[in-house]
Amino acid sequence: MAMTEGANRYLPDYSSHPVQHHFSPYSDNGGSIVSIAGDDFVVIGSDTRLSSGFSIHTREQSKLFQVSNSTVLGSTGCWCDTLTLTRLVEARMKMYEHSHNKVMSTPAIAQMLSTMMYYKRFFPYYVSNVLAGLDTEGKGCVFSYDPIGHFSRSDYRAGGSAGALLQPLLDNQIGLKNQEGVTAAPIPLKRAVAILKDVFISAAERDIYTGDGIEIKIITKDGVRTESFGLRKD
Amino acid sequence: MTKRVNTTKMAQFGSDAFAAKSFWHNGPAPGASYNFPNMRSSSGEEEMQRSQTPITTGTSVLGLKFDNGVIICADTLGSYGSLARFRDCQRVMKVNNNIAVGVGGDYADFQYLKRVIDQKIMDEHIADDGFALKPKALYTWLTRVMYNRRNKFDPLWNNYVVGGMQEGVPFLGAVDLRGMAYQDRHIATGYGSYIALPLLRDAADKNPNMSLQQAKEIMEKCLEVLYYRDARSFPKYQMAIVTAEGVTVSDVLEVKSNWEVAHMISGF
Amino acid sequence: MFRNQYDSDVTVWSPQGRLHQVEYAMEAVKLGSATVGLKSKTHAVILALKRASSELSAHQKKLIPIDNHIGISIAGLTADARVLSRYMRTECLNYRYSHDDALPVSRLITDVGNKMQVCTQRYDRRPYGVGLLVAGYDDNGPHIYQTCPSANFYDCKAMAIGARSQSARTYLEKNLDKFADCDVEELVKHGLRALRDTLPNEVELSTKNVSIGVVGAGLDFTIYGEEEMSRLLTAIEGEERRGGAQAAAAAAAAEPAQPPAADPAAPQEEAMDTDFGN
Repeated sequence: MAMTEGANRYLPDYSSHPVQHHFSPYSDNGGSIVSIAGDDFVVIGSDTRLSSGFSIHTREQSKLFQVSNSTVLGSTGCWCDTLTLTRLVEARMKMYEHSHNKVMSTPAIAQMLSTMMYYKRFFPYYVSNVLAGLDTEGKGCVFSYDPIGHFSRSDYRAGGSAGALLQPLLDNQIGLKNQEGVTAAPIPLKRAVAILKDVFISAAERDIYTGDGIEIKIITKDGVRTESFGLRKD
Repeated sequence: MTKRVNTTKMAQFGSDAFAAKSFWHNGPAPGASYNFPNMRSSSGEEEMQRSQTPITTGTSVLGLKFDNGVIICADTLGSYGSLARFRDCQRVMKVNNNIAVGVGGDYADFQYLKRVIDQKIMDEHIADDGFALKPKALYTWLTRVMYNRRNKFDPLWNNYVVGGMQEGVPFLGAVDLRGMAYQDRHIATGYGSYIALPLLRDAADKNPNMSLQQAKEIMEKCLEVLYYRDARSFPKYQMAIVTAEGVTVSDVLEVKSNWEVAHMISGF
Repeated sequence: MFRNQYDSDVTVWSPQGRLHQVEYAMEAVKLGSATVGLKSKTHAVILALKRASSELSAHQKKLIPIDNHIGISIAGLTADARVLSRYMRTECLNYRYSHDDALPVSRLITDVGNKMQVCTQRYDRRPYGVGLLVAGYDDNGPHIYQTCPSANFYDCKAMAIGARSQSARTYLEKNLDKFADCDVEELVKHGLRALRDTLPNEVELSTKNVSIGVVGAGLDFTIYGEEEMSRLLTAIEGEERRGGAQAAAAAAAAEPAQPPAADPAAPQEEAMDTDFGN
């Protein structure tokens, strides 16, 4: 015991006390999502970095999940929750198809996702979701969520680790907020994709949890098209 | 993984020699002998006490895809805290003819889950319907098992690296103690994620279609560097190779290391 | 009304070693309209004849999609089929959730068989009164399975079950060696011809009374739409009904041999009155 009375006592390796590992069920695996809706399309993009703290697990992790021919779910945050949630959504989509003989519409998926999230109100899925798709009229729509199931529809949204960084940028570039002498016009697809790329380049500069590359899904009445684009890898 | 010394308040602040010493040693804290009503609140902190800690542990696991297969490596040390206690803890496992798994973390948890996986394979033998578990299926199944245990705040304290062949294409994926999972061309867990992963990434970038021999050499190099730098590592290891021909798990091999430079270091 | 001393309960054996209740359940399958299943090296097809219980009602559905790679057609009690199909869907869904893969067809059928068997061995249950043809595709290729209320199941190259299905089986047996190398279109046409042979002479196949489901390599289970069906129906229209009268006669000769010997008056007519079979 004498040995442990000295300064050494506080070195963990020589401590006579048991080492306790504190288990947290959550981890922050980073990642950002941006989605922009147009009159007859919607684009959604996510970065492809999966990380924990300063470690990058993989540089090629898509965070976009195609749930139907006209709907894509982007999900980031606690990756194990994302994996579980998206697997459940996939199963629920099939159950709906079996019982109703049709594919679920985007607003219906949006409501279902909220219900599924709120079901875990007291042990939430710690994820940031952005759901992009075409509504029943063929218009682009974006739904965004908090971790316990609050959701709202909008025309553009940034979510995930760089969400707070990018939303004001989108407000300025797409929402044309707080500007005089501007007239709002529907955004063309080309510009939406260009803004999306620019915005991710900016995020990769400032957010260490965003980088490596982006995957973009463009949803139109003809289906879903995928593009990818490189980002800085440091 | 965060390590924390959970002792007196003082110890929690780390090695501060100037901190006041605690009043009481090796006995009940003042007031602890009384059973005050509502003393034992079920705050989050105390809920955590249920959660286990790893006891006998294995360190890094490495996985690497090459042009027509996958390699998985891990050393054979079972550490007991800082004590190198068990020197022949084999933790690279053949699952069936197209899957190999490498495991890090708590060895008892691994042995438990190994029995479950072996039973799964045996059930498949009994069914005798010509189907063999696929690496992607085992990987996904592992994410569910790990995630369900995490939901009970009673995780299996492991990292799993699953490698195999599926429809003629190499598969490599990792699952951690929360059920977090990903696939990549190269995977390293634990200390390996700091030391081996950059080496693996560099090698794979420079040579995207490496041969089995080249992949082996890189793995051996990674294990050597890990042996130099990871204090919980060991020079004995196993290597599993999965190709279309099947799975081979090597005997226990030895890391070729060179410590000559150690003579030139002084001052410690 | 008793036909037999030993048929009061599923758990009672007859001295001849038969379970009469189970055999009666097998008869329920013959009350349902005919359904045909066949496969080539790459695809499996199921076809079914649909009935409308009256002028006022729509035709009863006979094909049920189970998962991307499996579909079934039914003959017998539709309500029982719904219970079984829900079970099969759940099993497939669970396997997909936990393994991210399609449940092998043979495993699903084994599970269904085990589930159905329980009902043939307990006094508080009754056997399922439905026969299934299961079309599926997995790593072992296309499959056609037949299941019975007796909880038996068979791995088939081709099969037909339901009312007057003997004629269809006759057609299938005659043409069995042609199926393996057929493309989907030819396979469906064979199926339609087999199905047509179960019809009385004055009735024709139409888009209203036929359902076609296909699954195969690179093709999820699909039920054909009206357009596709009418195209295929026109393609076999005008061909001589090969089986026609002969096969029907053969079927008439064959069928009475099948009901239990201790049960000379087949239960067909009475059961028909209840009109629960599809």
